[in-house]
Amino acid sequence: MQPTIPAAADAGAAVSGAAGTAAAASQQQSSSGGSAASHAAAPASASGNGMQPPITAAAIVPVPPSGQNDSTTATATSKASSSLTANAAAAPPSTAASLAPSSSAEAASYEATHVHAVYESIAPHFSATRYKPWPVIADFLSSLSPGSVGFDVGCGNGKYLGVNPGVHMLGSDRSASLVRFARDHGGVERSQDVAVADGLSLPFPEGRADFAICVAVIHHMSTRERRREAVQALLDCVRRPSSNSSGNSDDGGKILVYVWALEQSNSRRGWDEGSEQDLLVPWVMKQKKEKKEKKEKKKTKGKSAEEGAEAVAEEGNAEGGSSDPPADTTYQRYYHLFRKGELEEDVEAVGGKVVRNGYDKDNWWVVASRCS
Amino acid sequence: MKVLSLNFLTCAVKACKSTSGAYPLHPKDAELVEDDLEVNSDLLLNIMPRIDWPALSTTATELGFPSLPAQPPTKEELEADEKMLRDLHHLLMETQMMEGKLVCGNCGHEYAVREGIANFLLPAHLV
Repeated sequence: MQPTIPAAADAGAAVSGAAGTAAAASQQQSSSGGSAASHAAAPASASGNGMQPPITAAAIVPVPPSGQNDSTTATATSKASSSLTANAAAAPPSTAASLAPSSSAEAASYEATHVHAVYESIAPHFSATRYKPWPVIADFLSSLSPGSVGFDVGCGNGKYLGVNPGVHMLGSDRSASLVRFARDHGGVERSQDVAVADGLSLPFPEGRADFAICVAVIHHMSTRERRREAVQALLDCVRRPSSNSSGNSDDGGKILVYVWALEQSNSRRGWDEGSEQDLLVPWVMKQKKEKKEKKEKKKTKGKSAEEGAEAVAEEGNAEGGSSDPPADTTYQRYYHLFRKGELEEDVEAVGGKVVRNGYDKDNWWVVASRCS
Repeated sequence: MKVLSLNFLTCAVKACKSTSGAYPLHPKDAELVEDDLEVNSDLLLNIMPRIDWPALSTTATELGFPSLPAQPPTKEELEADEKMLRDLHHLLMETQMMEGKLVCGNCGHEYAVREGIANFLLPAHLV
């Protein structure tokens, strides 16, 4: 059984239009504010219930019949993703990924369609919903010894790159659009060092880094072989353990990996042990302009000035990223949900040693080092 | 991309990683910018032992900087020599490669750098 509630992208940030947390509501409006500003003509909301495509000014897009998919609107999104999108007349449920690939080449091409193209399309919206570091990860980064050098593989918009100013981090991501956000993270131009790279072909030398983090990335790999290869690639980056003649030993560099958990019965998504592990999870870009403007005011009051300022900065970026689609658009991303113990098995299968592990808000995480 | 980061980058082609020719990558047609950043001497002193000094020397020369000494300065030397600390800060932290290419000395593949971002995605035949 799949739940009928649309899923949030990763734990921690809701993206659907359904009633989520206050944070989700504010995140959502922060990206829509950009598109509202870019469309000079104010649109009228269709029926105010948010379940239908909005009626926008005729000069911008043809008005779709309510409740029906409209191909004209879908083509207004980027070319790369148009085949994956449909207008959401109602919030879509997650679906089992029946096309789960078998060969490695198929898997790569499957991920190109169901992961990479999607992130390119949703990058401004995605980035605007990602600005708060998760505490376990922030703690890991803050505990590193001064001068540590490491990587953030799948850095997204770079929200972890500046967490600890006493270390040097180099971020990489498969999405060039997200990397562009990461480079100027915090609104400071060129504040972060970033590169576009594939997690299975990383440009990092063997055994040099003190640490590597990889958050919400490996669950996008569509075969177990590739997921293990991705963990292996992280372990390869970090220092091997060593001991010297004076008896000092060093357990080497550490990796921190976060993946989405199958067991999340307390989340809105409701998946749990026994649910399907390979899923297409919708990312809905809502366009409910009137409603959002109202929420924005509410949010500005409720949140600290600092947080508000950050949201505004992200919004500015989103606007610069040009074409927000004019109607609700749903993108399907592939996910493998990890069952309890599975991540540890994958780490150990490729020569990793689990140092710490845990469950945090619908995610499994491990800190691991190299066995040798 | 800071010169410091170039010290932690190599060719993304798997077969190249174990070869000595792939590291460091060689800047080509590099356009640099110089930022004005406050010296963080603690960060620099702590990063120094992690730097591959011969690779940094190669990169510095290829980017048109004066030759670095054959041996890296010790912590004590750096603490006592403010000019050397500033020079290293300038090279590692303040100098960024904005445009150009990074070339693998083993396979010859050229990775484009645009707006300070290097792109390491490989064409299908090199994956």
